[in-house]
Amino acid sequence: MELTSEEKATLNGEHGDTLQTAYRILVATGEATNAEKLIPITWAHLSGVNYNTIGDAGEQFLRELSKDARVKVKATVNPMGIDFDHISEFNHIDDEFIKKQASIRDSYIRMGVEPTFSCTPYDIFDLPEKNTQVSFAESNAAIFANSLGGLKTNKESAFSALASAITGKSPYSDLRKDDISTPMTIRMKMDNPSELDFGMLGFFAGKVGDTSVNISGVSQPNRRSCKALCGGMGTSGTCAKFQFVDTEDTTSEKVDFGKEEMNEVFDELNTAEKGDIITLGSPQLGLEELSDLSKMLKGKSFEKRCMIFCSRAVQEQARALDYINEIERAGGEILSDCCTCLTPLIDTNETDAITTNSIKGAYYLKNSTGVDVNLKSLAKIIEDETK
Amino acid sequence: MSKIIVQGTAQGTVLKTSSPINFLGAVDKKTGTIRDQKYDIFEKSIKDTILVFPHGIGSSVGAYTIYSLKSNNSAPVAMICTKADLTVASGCALANIPMIVVSNDEFNSIQDGNKITVDTKSANVFN
Repeated sequence: MELTSEEKATLNGEHGDTLQTAYRILVATGEATNAEKLIPITWAHLSGVNYNTIGDAGEQFLRELSKDARVKVKATVNPMGIDFDHISEFNHIDDEFIKKQASIRDSYIRMGVEPTFSCTPYDIFDLPEKNTQVSFAESNAAIFANSLGGLKTNKESAFSALASAITGKSPYSDLRKDDISTPMTIRMKMDNPSELDFGMLGFFAGKVGDTSVNISGVSQPNRRSCKALCGGMGTSGTCAKFQFVDTEDTTSEKVDFGKEEMNEVFDELNTAEKGDIITLGSPQLGLEELSDLSKMLKGKSFEKRCMIFCSRAVQEQARALDYINEIERAGGEILSDCCTCLTPLIDTNETDAITTNSIKGAYYLKNSTGVDVNLKSLAKIIEDETK
Repeated sequence: MSKIIVQGTAQGTVLKTSSPINFLGAVDKKTGTIRDQKYDIFEKSIKDTILVFPHGIGSSVGAYTIYSLKSNNSAPVAMICTKADLTVASGCALANIPMIVVSNDEFNSIQDGNKITVDTKSANVFN
């Protein structure tokens, strides 16, 4: 990779340790993806915020780094493990977790990030103009940005996005370029798919696709389904972009996603016939989804605990529009700054299985939290679990 | 032809797997033990090995797992892949773990359990 003389000097430590570290990461990821140069980016979205995922080493690293490092471009951050406003209601969470999570939160804020604590930055901010180069580490957000937002990013790592935030640069490679080879086409064969079906389609596509896939046989999915597709795809592989196509080109490889393929994904992730509690939100719910949910819950109440995750910014808007009132009246528990994935708010001593409509949530509940999962679409959850 | 992603020198015993590795989900960041049964190196430790695997997959936070392994003295001394992904490359860069990318033929030539040297300054890179 070609570096400018200024970039070389920074890599050699002439502008301090922090920038040297950031450039070391950019050079390694640049070499890894055969980039020829570094280019400016305007927005970095960082992962590595939940103490459950980054641990003591991560907490210490960020505490040290934040003494000196400041973000150079707009930077937003992923969810934490907990919602500090509600932490007193969760007695099973120990003080050590709360202390370390607070330290991580404070380190990011010290570096100058916007305290979004959300995996759905695209639901909070207006997106910049088409083809803007960004650097998103959260996989569902990277896929959304590339596929539905018209932006350009690779599926960044926690450190590559952090290095981009501090330097304002990213290696110019892969999905950042225009010349992408013809990707595989996934043919959607299921009629009237729910958001759960879209999540499974995404999970399947992520497994079989490489960097980018075409999807045919899909017409105008709503935002809930689009987000489910992005979440599922980001969980299972390295694929970071899809495009809906009307007509299939003749040259690309074709793979069908029908009943058989869907059942296979379902059987891999669905391990229980019913859940002790319900979680909604991974990705965190947006305003439109909360509006839908409040309408679906009119005159009904949840028969069991239902945790609903949305970003704080979206929660505030939804409160002003009275959506939250209706959801809370129905017994829904609104939580912000965290999400189904890897939250310790789910007490595994008291919970054997969880009902959710999220494929991404299901994967992490099963493999990281260590509980069983009961998969249902939102419509089916409302039908079965409310009265 | 080998490609250098992170520079350095290391000697160790090869631990080789044909599975792509999801560091966040599959590796215990304190001990370096593989804890996902789906891997052919299940229950083996990657600590102090030269870890030879195709590439990383899954969560972007896996980079922190690599850094944590190093901080806990449980990291491999070097990594050899056939494809470099951003998570493994950036994790190794921050943790100062030498990392190289090799061709499929070179990958096939590396035997599990052999003692080898990785030296990104030498002409052979590994032998």
